Amino acid sequence: MSDPARAAPRAYANPYVAGAGLGLVLLAAFLVTGHGLGASGAAAAVVSAGVEAVAPTHARANPFFGAWTGADGGRAPLSDWIVLEVAGLIAGAALSAWAAGRWQRRVDRGPGIGDRRRLLAAFAGGTVMAFGARLARGCTSGLGLTGGAALSVGAWVFLLTLFAAGYAVAPLLRRSWR
Amino acid sequence: MSAPLPLDATGPVAHAASALLLGGAFGVALERAGLGDARKLTGQFYGTDFAVFKVMFTAIVTCMLGLLVLGALGLVNRTRLVVPPTYLLPQAVGGLIFGVGFVLGGYCPGTGCTAAASGRLDALALVAGLLGGTWLFGEAFSRLRGFYEATPMAARTLPELFGLAEGAVVAGVVVLALAGFGVAEHLERRSSP
Repeated sequence: MSDPARAAPRAYANPYVAGAGLGLVLLAAFLVTGHGLGASGAAAAVVSAGVEAVAPTHARANPFFGAWTGADGGRAPLSDWIVLEVAGLIAGAALSAWAAGRWQRRVDRGPGIGDRRRLLAAFAGGTVMAFGARLARGCTSGLGLTGGAALSVGAWVFLLTLFAAGYAVAPLLRRSWR
Repeated sequence: MSAPLPLDATGPVAHAASALLLGGAFGVALERAGLGDARKLTGQFYGTDFAVFKVMFTAIVTCMLGLLVLGALGLVNRTRLVVPPTYLLPQAVGGLIFGVGFVLGGYCPGTGCTAAASGRLDALALVAGLLGGTWLFGEAFSRLRGFYEATPMAARTLPELFGLAEGAVVAGVVVLALAGFGVAEHLERRSSP
């Protein structure tokens, strides 16, 4: 374990071991904070802070942004728990990738699509996904994983329709990945 | 004292430290599992790599069993834990839209942040789209609000919905997960050359 071979990135962990580890982190989140983990909520907080910075009256009058900024701008969305949690996530993932020799500037794509189109597809996917996550009140982390473990009805409905839609559109997007 | 700890009483330092540490561990777990890799993630939908299902359902089962056991031992006060609320239609439709975005974009929000943090530029583009889409949703919120708040359900959890004991539902989820793992292993063996 003396010399981490940078040229040969280490293999990923066994999925069941990694999954059990993730489950224990989620359990710890419940025990310490009373709620689970999340991700897309941080985007809502960051966007609300941005709108508040540019157009405070507009932000506070809007019930979506206003829920984060407060009706008088008294709340600080950027110091919300979820924003700090995602900041930790980014730092943890970067450290983990670097330590395993996996940190590399690259574009993940299948052989049937160029870098430019892949970046556009990723941006479009993120935009679409944001709508789904906000309509559902959470994403795979905050609703699927967290709500799934808490046996929330809505979480299991979300997981079911998410996987169904994924399998339904995958053949149409095959060239992006295979 | 039983969990959860009253964080609001322990001050802003504990609030920030718990967020950064738990988030950090979350990021390490996702990166180690390989879930910051778009081709690995989307392999789920092409029958070649079931890491998404395996990691997610092992995590759900682990946490669910932990909550059940700690609750039974009186070490955690279950009534104080947040259960995400159910709004049937918007969550069903939200899941459909999310699934399309997942295969198109290649990541979900948490795995997208993981991938961006490990140097992937496509994941950075996805995160930008995520912020743009969230802004559009916020601007359109007054028109979407009726649907967003439609079909709230009184039953918060699967045991309440089915009228079953929690232990029975937990056992059912464990059996379904194990069956799913068996199918996933079989399909992966079949798809590898």
